[in-house]
Amino acid sequence: MNDMNGQTAFGLASDVSSLMEKRRRNGLVWHIVFIFSTTLAVLFLILLVFSIIDSVFGYAVLINDVEPSALVAGKESVTDFNRAELENVARTRLSAGILRRVEYDKPIAERSDKDLVSLVEEYVVKPKVLKTWGFWGSLTERKAIETYIGENEGSYATFRSWLTPSFIMADQSADPLRAGIRTALLGSLWIILITFVFAFPIGVGAAIYLQEYAVDNRLNRMLQLNIFNLSAVPSIIYGLLGLAVFVRFMEPVTSGSFIMGTVDNTANGRTILSGGMTLGLLVLPIIIINTQEALKAVPDTLRMSAYGVGATKWQTIWYQVLPVSVDRILTGTILALSRALGETAPLVVIGASTFISVDPSGIFSKFTTLPIQIYQWSARPQGAYRNIAAAAIVSLLILLLLMNSTAIYTRDKITKKKRLEA
Amino acid sequence: MKIAIEHPFGKKMRIHERLIEATLFGFALLSIVITLGIAIILIRESYLFFSDPEVELWGFLTGKEWQPMIGRFGFLPLLNATLTTSVIAMALGIPVGLFVAVYLSEYASDKTRGILKPVLEVLAGIPTIVYGYFALTFMTPLLRSIFGMETVQIYNTASAGLVIGILVLPMIATMAEDAIGAVPKELRLAAYALGGTKMETTFKVVIPAALSGLSATFLLALSRAIGETMIVALAAGAGPNLTFSPFEAAETITGYIVRISGGDVSYNSVDYNSIFALGLILFLITFTLNMISRKISRMFHQEYE
Amino acid sequence: MNSLSLAQVLQPGVEQSESQVKKTVLKLEHVNIHYGSFQAVKDATFDIYEKHVTAFIGPSGCGKSTVLRSINRMNDMIRGSWIDGKILFNGHDLYDEQVDPVLIRRRIGMVFQKPNPFPKSIYENIAWGARINGFKGDYDELVEQSLRQAALWEEVKDKLKQNALRLSGGQQQRLCIARTIAVQPEVILMDEPASALDPIATGRIEELILELKNNYTIVIVTHNMGQASRVSDHTAFFMVDDKRTGYLQEYAETEQLFLNPQHRKTEEYISGKFG
Repeated sequence: MNDMNGQTAFGLASDVSSLMEKRRRNGLVWHIVFIFSTTLAVLFLILLVFSIIDSVFGYAVLINDVEPSALVAGKESVTDFNRAELENVARTRLSAGILRRVEYDKPIAERSDKDLVSLVEEYVVKPKVLKTWGFWGSLTERKAIETYIGENEGSYATFRSWLTPSFIMADQSADPLRAGIRTALLGSLWIILITFVFAFPIGVGAAIYLQEYAVDNRLNRMLQLNIFNLSAVPSIIYGLLGLAVFVRFMEPVTSGSFIMGTVDNTANGRTILSGGMTLGLLVLPIIIINTQEALKAVPDTLRMSAYGVGATKWQTIWYQVLPVSVDRILTGTILALSRALGETAPLVVIGASTFISVDPSGIFSKFTTLPIQIYQWSARPQGAYRNIAAAAIVSLLILLLLMNSTAIYTRDKITKKKRLEA
Repeated sequence: MKIAIEHPFGKKMRIHERLIEATLFGFALLSIVITLGIAIILIRESYLFFSDPEVELWGFLTGKEWQPMIGRFGFLPLLNATLTTSVIAMALGIPVGLFVAVYLSEYASDKTRGILKPVLEVLAGIPTIVYGYFALTFMTPLLRSIFGMETVQIYNTASAGLVIGILVLPMIATMAEDAIGAVPKELRLAAYALGGTKMETTFKVVIPAALSGLSATFLLALSRAIGETMIVALAAGAGPNLTFSPFEAAETITGYIVRISGGDVSYNSVDYNSIFALGLILFLITFTLNMISRKISRMFHQEYE
Repeated sequence: MNSLSLAQVLQPGVEQSESQVKKTVLKLEHVNIHYGSFQAVKDATFDIYEKHVTAFIGPSGCGKSTVLRSINRMNDMIRGSWIDGKILFNGHDLYDEQVDPVLIRRRIGMVFQKPNPFPKSIYENIAWGARINGFKGDYDELVEQSLRQAALWEEVKDKLKQNALRLSGGQQQRLCIARTIAVQPEVILMDEPASALDPIATGRIEELILELKNNYTIVIVTHNMGQASRVSDHTAFFMVDDKRTGYLQEYAETEQLFLNPQHRKTEEYISGKFG
């Protein structure tokens, strides 16, 4: 371009092109920074998933109290024992007290083979975990594992998945090989149920008021602001609120003693009811905000046409607005509940039980939940607890995935439906 | 005899309509009750805490030792640990979150966005306890292998802080992307038309224009980091410790609350009251940050209306 | 160091005279513009002359803004847009692979439909473009000269530090013109620059355009035929075919086109039969 060769206020053409070179380089450097940051974020997710999956599968080096071969000559595993051998070992090797209790629960003769195998393993063979390796370690550190077995006489390695059907079905136990999450899983489901029952009607009701009834005045603006603030209050504060109000102040109600006299009083108000209501308070602002968004999405023309045929305000809301927005409201609620499902801190603060092996039987039961279980196991330094913590995390994530995919499925269905109607 | 003549369009009472409205209003009012409840309980128990003969306000605010067993109630070690983890979290979360947001809104193709947005949503939906596990089983060993086993303790604030940074990253990225996306397209075009490169347009026009929205985002993220509990409870260590080294164990405010309430604490003991006093401080800090954040973001929205 | 005075650069003393030979600055040759699979403009071929005002008119959807944006490669910003054919700027193909669109936009500036000042001070609005492009002269002088040329100096000289968003719409648009002038382009593209303004502000912008054509080549897209006839020397009339693809129907000197249109479509459009 002709005059670019001459001198201008922007310097010589060579200045312009060298400056451009610099600017281009700058742009490139930052572009790389942006891509790098984004990659980093994705990498975090991959690492997070990997570090969990890694702990779920892998070698565990175990040592037995009594070798199976010492019980029945020539058989290396209890599962190889035949029926007669199993019954015999059970009768002769169980200590008198345990034998009496076992026979009392269900006579040995009537028990299934599988049942007897686990009896013998639990009380006679008594395998203990010495050390565990993650999946990656199991692949790369073969040598170290062999050396370790060599150093510990009588130990042996098995490759195992820590997440098994029996892990999900079993009670809590101090022994990581036998521990399971059934109690915690049931606790979580109970809590979610109470949270839903408590927070859903109130949340949706409040949202309807704010979105459909509230005029723009000081009080209503304050209500709205307050809800936004509540949604950002740290969850642990809700735990303190629940501890002081539900557990302590309302103990006669939350422990159930007001209707049943003196029931199981060990719960001291630290019941499913208290936990569920605490989380209910926590997710209430989220449900309100999500529901308001759902109601905002309903076009005003719909309301106008309802008023136009002489409907009252409530008739308009009940027969026109809510049916149109119900899917979105439910989606928002499910998202809020999945937040509650993963919450740990408030439940620890209100004093959820850390070790119970009795399934919760109702809203006045003591409880533990999956996240609390994960917390307890993660906090223990011994290796095998980390593995079962990881297995519990996978269970929790699957549960969350189920809830969220329901939410996303509903959302997509609405979009599709709306598109067809349009 | 009087005959009541009803006007054909006379007002009707519609009692049940009013009842419904009143009930719904009551539900909305409940949110105020919750806030008041939080305030009353925190203040009441804090009052009990500070009226304990062993505790005095000045010592609480300036004391360098927190050991309730022997009557030392200086909360600086807890506050210091909370600030350490939060600052580390922000140092990771703000730049990375902002850059992700810039990448998403200014650079990425629709297809890439379609992949990245769900990744952020998934990251945001993972419970914090899982992040705590990640800190303990991945971040801490990583730090120890980089900086040496002697330097980095098993429990340390660096690991917890970094993982909190990862936790708030998707929130920062999403909200920052909204703030950047709210900057009118015309401003970008104007910058390009003056011969700006993409980078110059982004840094000198788009980000400055989105600045108040971005600061609101960062404040909210900071508030979230300060209130974060499970990650620090698992990875930062139990036991107050006034240290400026991020590689040492130090208990944060939230970590202390969880540890004390997790054990069997008897009502009306100093321990019991102390967690409420700390809760009050936590509430005040996060509440203030949230309010400022909200104010700034309101101003931001007015700018572009 | 820069030895030329700014005034010299901005206001070359040579007067334009009608008798001078028209010099072609921009040459469009068989330009086709596509958005993905949709063809927005087909086969546009015409010249734009130095220090003349060229107006693009036509019904909505005829692609006149699209052609305008292709001249300084603003279309690059729209995902999925691509172009074939040639646009020559002083003989150089703007769509050559070697060409950096960033440098082009400094030489071919643009003013938009809606005033879009940066949310910064008036001063910064003008200085920013020059600064990123490595301007070496005196910034205060540059700001003053640019504002004077945009006929805004008298109104804002006392409040240069004030946020530009506080100016009125018409002032904002003149500021945007001043901002464009400040990077010293050869060509200024204007995309319906007055459509968001009131009649008085519009009048001032039109006066300004006539003033600016002494120094710059101006291309203006407008919906307003009166405006086109008032300010432009040449007019390009675009039409749209039944596939919604725009094409150049007629291109002529403005007087010619308005008084003696060669096509029935042109005549119908300028007489207001459709639009």
